[in-house]
Amino acid sequence: MISFSQVRKSYRGGHEALAELSFSIESGELVFITGRSGAGKSTLLKLIPAIERPTSGTVLVNGQNIGSMRRPAIPYLRRNLGLIFQDQKLLYDRSVFDNVMLPLAFTGHARKDAARRARAALDKVGLLTREKANPITLSGGEQQRLCIARAVVNRPSILLADEPTASLDSASATEVMEMFRSFNQVGVTVLIATHDEALVQRLNPRVLALKQGRLEP
Amino acid sequence: MSAWLRQHWQTFGLTLARLATNPVATLLNVTVIGVAMALPLGGYMLLQNLGGVTRQVTGNPQISLFLAREAGKADIAALETRLKQMPGVRAVRFISREQALDGLKRSESMADVIAALQSNPLPDAFVLETGGSAAELERLEPGLKALPRIAHVQFDSAWVKRLDSLLALGRTAVSLLAALLAFGLVAVTFNTIRLQILTQQDEIEVSSLIGATDSFIRRPFFYLGLIQGGLGALAALAIVYLCMLILNRSILELAQLYGSDFRLYFFGFPDCLAVLAFAAVLGWLGAYLSVSKHLANIQPR
Repeated sequence: MISFSQVRKSYRGGHEALAELSFSIESGELVFITGRSGAGKSTLLKLIPAIERPTSGTVLVNGQNIGSMRRPAIPYLRRNLGLIFQDQKLLYDRSVFDNVMLPLAFTGHARKDAARRARAALDKVGLLTREKANPITLSGGEQQRLCIARAVVNRPSILLADEPTASLDSASATEVMEMFRSFNQVGVTVLIATHDEALVQRLNPRVLALKQGRLEP
Repeated sequence: MSAWLRQHWQTFGLTLARLATNPVATLLNVTVIGVAMALPLGGYMLLQNLGGVTRQVTGNPQISLFLAREAGKADIAALETRLKQMPGVRAVRFISREQALDGLKRSESMADVIAALQSNPLPDAFVLETGGSAAELERLEPGLKALPRIAHVQFDSAWVKRLDSLLALGRTAVSLLAALLAFGLVAVTFNTIRLQILTQQDEIEVSSLIGATDSFIRRPFFYLGLIQGGLGALAALAIVYLCMLILNRSILELAQLYGSDFRLYFFGFPDCLAVLAFAAVLGWLGAYLSVSKHLANIQPR
């Protein structure tokens, strides 16, 4: 489903974020990407939705080569992925409900159908009662759950989360992790980047440990 | 197809809603465009009305030939045959001095004056009907002046010609003004869209990250330019219409003094539609330029 082979990513100025990275992830897997900050976790996650392009090597997502993908095709790739960003990227000029409606606006769903889907997603993350609230009034854990609702509302087959528990207390973090696990249990492939080793060990999943852009054995 | 239509419809609604949430800014923008467009539009309306007047008059250009006192019956007959043979002359009508005086006597205001006269001061005259243009009249002029026993040749349409060229000048001025202000409209829209892109920077970035196509992101801004241009045109038409109503009150009074029913007429429906479409297209153009320039800067990293 996702396969990296000999992937290198270097930024202008010569900083090498990823080097010689090869691995593959099958459909339905739950994979953690660990490593200290600067190890290349975010870069790895950004390569999958073509936010970044590999400098060399091949990134395949659902059989599509990200390196050679043309710009007009990228939106359709991204709609099949659920993205949870490190900086959340919630919109504070609209309600919780409208934040979740955003991805449905450009997939051409009828308003009624879209609203039903948005409510279903909010229900799954336990925010249905807060749909009219502004995201700024939500707690950190609630905001993170809102990000998850927005990511899953289009029913993606792959979920990518960059440090989803970074700013959460341990109770909220556990709650969020449980949520990812439940999505994984219904067949969604889940990739989570995190530096929280303790959390990872508890779940005992497959781990890709990064160190200075390379996989640790 | 229906999804595509729905998206456009939703975008249209969203744009209107966005304009409504910021009524002061919207009103200001629309007013700026409206006032700017009202200038050339008002000028154009005045010219169109004046143009109507000259067309009415020039429809039948006439030349009056006043004969010298000493012209006798034989001279008149000879002149009449010569005039009839001249190219460009459609009809020749002879008005004797007696007929002319009778004519004056019949008009109420002049009757008293005429009665006080001891002799008839009026000359015999020919009135020539020509079908031609101002240029054709001009070609006739030297031939007419060379005729014997002619005291004076008067082109009844000379002032029309002057007015016509004055109107042509006015039309050029209005066109220049329109071109300048069209450019202004594009610039105003360009700037509005730039600000709108800045305020929606986050939304644009997130949308792009989670799978919105470029055209989906651009579309609301195009609509915004289009709608703003259209609203500006409506404002301009309203301003010109109001001005016309105010002017017409004075014009009617003035015209009545001259026994005329002249008044200003507003643009017809097709003209209004054309103005609306033109402004909408200009707004779209401004939005297009702005989006092309500014949206490229908000590519997510």
